[in-house]
This record gives sequence, C-alpha cells and structure tokens, in this order.
Amino acid sequence: MSSRTDGEIIHFDNVGLRYDHDREVLSDLSFTLFAGSFYFLTGASGAGKTSLLRLLYLAQRPSRGVIRMFGKDAITMPRSGLPALRRRVGVVFQDFRLVPHLSAFDNVALPLRVAGFGEREIATPVGDILEWVGLADRRDARPATLSGGEQQRIAIARAVIARPDMLVADEPTGNVDPDMAVKLLRLFELLNRQGTTVVVATHDAHLLRKVPDALIMRLDRGRLSDPTGALRYPVRRLS
Amino acid sequence: MNAAPSKSSRQRRARARRLFAGAQAELIPQGRLSGPIPWVIAIMVALTVIALATGLALGNTVTAATAEIEGGVTVQLVEPRADVRGQEAARALDALKGVPGVATMRLVPQEELDALVAPWLGSGVETATAAGIPVPALIDVRLQRAASPQRVAAIQRAVVRVAPSARVDAQASWLRPVFDAIVSLQWLAIALVLLLALALTAAVLLAARSALGSHRETIEIVHLLGGTDAQIARVFQRSIGFDAAGGGAVGLALALVVILALGRQFAGLGAGMVSSGALVWSDWLLLALVPLLATGLAMMTARLTVMHALRKML
Repeated sequence: MSSRTDGEIIHFDNVGLRYDHDREVLSDLSFTLFAGSFYFLTGASGAGKTSLLRLLYLAQRPSRGVIRMFGKDAITMPRSGLPALRRRVGVVFQDFRLVPHLSAFDNVALPLRVAGFGEREIATPVGDILEWVGLADRRDARPATLSGGEQQRIAIARAVIARPDMLVADEPTGNVDPDMAVKLLRLFELLNRQGTTVVVATHDAHLLRKVPDALIMRLDRGRLSDPTGALRYPVRRLS
Repeated sequence: MNAAPSKSSRQRRARARRLFAGAQAELIPQGRLSGPIPWVIAIMVALTVIALATGLALGNTVTAATAEIEGGVTVQLVEPRADVRGQEAARALDALKGVPGVATMRLVPQEELDALVAPWLGSGVETATAAGIPVPALIDVRLQRAASPQRVAAIQRAVVRVAPSARVDAQASWLRPVFDAIVSLQWLAIALVLLLALALTAAVLLAARSALGSHRETIEIVHLLGGTDAQIARVFQRSIGFDAAGGGAVGLALALVVILALGRQFAGLGAGMVSSGALVWSDWLLLALVPLLATGLAMMTARLTVMHALRKML
C-alpha cells in the first residue's frame, strides 16, 4: 500500500493558527501530503489534531502561512472556488454531524446530491455502502434513533460515498466496537488502495499498529513532529 | 464497494443547481403554511391588494370624471324675470355658435332643471318656474379641447355682450378640490402599497434569519460537504417561496372578498362618480399579480439574506 506516485496533494508551509487573540494552537506547520498515502495524525488531547483537520477540510483559514491543496493556493483562492476543493475531501467529524431530520439514507446521499447526481444514480451506491457498513436495514432511521456506533458508521459512509481524493477522519473509531473498528480501517485501506489519500486523527495507539505501513504525523502542543520521516523525506520512504 | 456514479461535470452542475429539488428529503424541513410567516404574508398581500384596488378605483374615478367634464363649460343666466331670461338664453345660444372651439351646446330643458332642484323643493311642485322660484337657465357647452381660462374668457365675452346676466364657469374648476382630494388619496394608496412591500421584505428578512439560525448546523454540514452559497440559498429561497405563494393566495382570496363586498355597497349608492370608479379587467389582472410579486419579493429577500450570511463563513 501507500503507493505515493502522483505527487503532492496538500502542502503546508509555515502555517500557524490562532483563534481570536489567543495564543497559537498550531505553529510553524510545514509538511506535504502525497496522493495515495495513509497518514495517522496522533497527539494528546488538546494537541491541535482537530484544528489541523479543520484546516485540511477547509473549515478554517490559517492565521499565517501558505496552504496548497490539489495544486491550488487555498489561501488566496476566492470563496467561490472553495466548494470544488471541499468536494474532493471526505470528512468524518468527531461528533458525526449528521443532519438530524434526514434519514440514514439521505445523510449518506447528501454529498452526491450536493455534487448534482440524480435520485436514480444515487440509490444503488448509497444502498451498497449502507450494506457495507451493516446498516442496510436502518436506511430510513433518523440519527436520533441510531446508536453512537451506528451514527459513526453513517458518518463514515457519507464521507466516502463520493469517492473523495482525500479522506479526513477525526477519531473515526471512537464509538465502535473493536471488530467494527477493524472493519472501518479495512474500508479506509481499501479506499487508500484505490488512490484516496487517508488522514486519520486518533490517540488510540492500538489503531496505529493495525496499519503498519501508515505514516505518522505527531502533534505536540500545536507543533508537528515527524517520527517516520515521512513528512520531511517523503520520496525517500518510497524506495 | 460501489463507487460514486459517474456523470459529466456539466450535467452534475445543472443538477447541483437544483439541490434536493426532486428528492423526497428536504434539507430544510418544510411545514406547509404551518409557521407564522405564511399568515403574515397573507395579511400583507390582502392589505396590499385592498390598498391597490382603492388606488385604482380612485384613479378610474378621476380619469372618467376628467374626460367627462374637462371640455365642459356651464353658462348660467341668472336673470330673475322668466321672459327676459328666455330671451337672453336664445341670444346666448346664437352668440355661442360664433365662438371658435365650441363643439356642441345645449339649453338644459326645464324638466332637467326641475329634477335638479327637486331634492330641495320636493316633487309636489309642478315646475320650479311655476312655483315662482327664479331658477337660472343653464346652457351646457362642450368645447373641442379642455376649458382653459382663455377659452372660458372668450365665451364670457361673447355671451355677456348679448346676455348681461350670464355667468360662465368651467365645470372642471368646480370639481378641482374634489379631484385634488382624490389624487391625494391615490398617493396615499401608493404609499401604503410601498410601505406594505417594505413590511413584507422586513418580515421575510426576519424569517430567513430565524431559519438560518435554527438550521445553522445543517447549513455548515452542507457547506463543508462542498455545497455552494447559491445551492444553500436556493433551498431557503424555495422554502420561503412555498410559504409566500400559499400566504399570497390566501391573502388575495381574502382581499377579493372584501373588494367585491365593498363594490356591491358602492354600486348600491347609484352615484355617477362612484360607479365610474369600477375596476376594469386590467385592474383585476394587476391585483392578481400582487401575490406573484410578493412571492418574488420574498424569494429575492430570502436569497440575498442567506447569501449575505453565508459570505461570513469561509
């Protein structure tokens, strides 16, 4: 796996982030993510994992620095250009963020509808992925009637349904049992093998061992360390 | 795992413009006519239609009355002696024939004069003249053009020479204060329509802001999934559009009931000036456009409000 051959998809150069006038929650981040790679983003609670992910899925602009996404400058790009970039990124939010009045099916179908696919084109892939995450029989259920684990699986199905170029997941296995956690990781690996770059934020050390080839990005109080050297020397790791 | 369906980007863009347009699921839950906004819009539309109908009826009254009396001049012969009055009337008619710009003239018959004074003298009196009351003789003159002060003065000069008791008045000048009052009422109706449009805009603005607040979470999710401002705004626009169309139809129906009832009341008066203010088909068409315009205004307001709010997000 991790067949990084298509070059960079994300590049951070000296990026810093502060909320309001508080101290910087992320400082001096400079790294490159490559197409088809699998990354774990680790760090203690409060290290800045979620803030970094928010920069990756364009929910936030940094306070300083340069971010290039899919070859485009995401900082100077006009707002009208950002939706197209966001559609290339699938996101599993830590708190799932399912639309409460929509059924499981409609929540999963949301990215396809946003992208303009018709109802007939949506039915089969959404049905397939619901079956894959084991929730085909709950397709009409509202999020409030689903368990935490079921909601998480719906959130993951929604993130991957449109086959994004990059999948960003914030603690995606936090609410599922170990078997489902492994199954979800296998789904991420499958997507990764098909060319999707995967970034999984987790503080679960066991999870890191489940994907031995994954590259590790470690955040410590807003600063990034590179224990595998993948960020500093990405090409060398290929050889 | 089945992949996302493939589709040309042009087709996808076209479909994305109609986010959820054909889907059973609604991004913003829509309670048909269930909230206060449709009823606020219904009241606004009803008041607007009534105000507009009033303005149009007043306009019709002024137009009809103006056309009727614009070229009208009345010559009164106030000689108290009936025989002399009759001679002056005959001479005045002759003199008027030589005045340029006079289209027609008519000596008002005694029966009509009697009918005019009947409300004061009662119908038991056979004729006003027979009762010994010196009612002036009247000559109704129609000019080819409007009765300008110069034309009225020319008639005055021609008539007074042969009928010293003659008094000449342009008919329009008597009713000028009435017309001015009607035109003021028309302006009031227009101002009311504009104020109601402003109030409708404000109500929709508040409704859109409230909907934005209560659906902020959903909007953020769609935004982060790559939804464009225009897509999200369209969802709100459609939702408000349904409310406005429903409210507008109810408001129009209410207003029509009021207008027809008032029309029947005024028709019962049988007064010429009131009946000349009846609405014509083009007026009804204009009134029917009010709910459509209100719906358009509501949708545009909702769109601009939502787009403005979304611009504050990244």
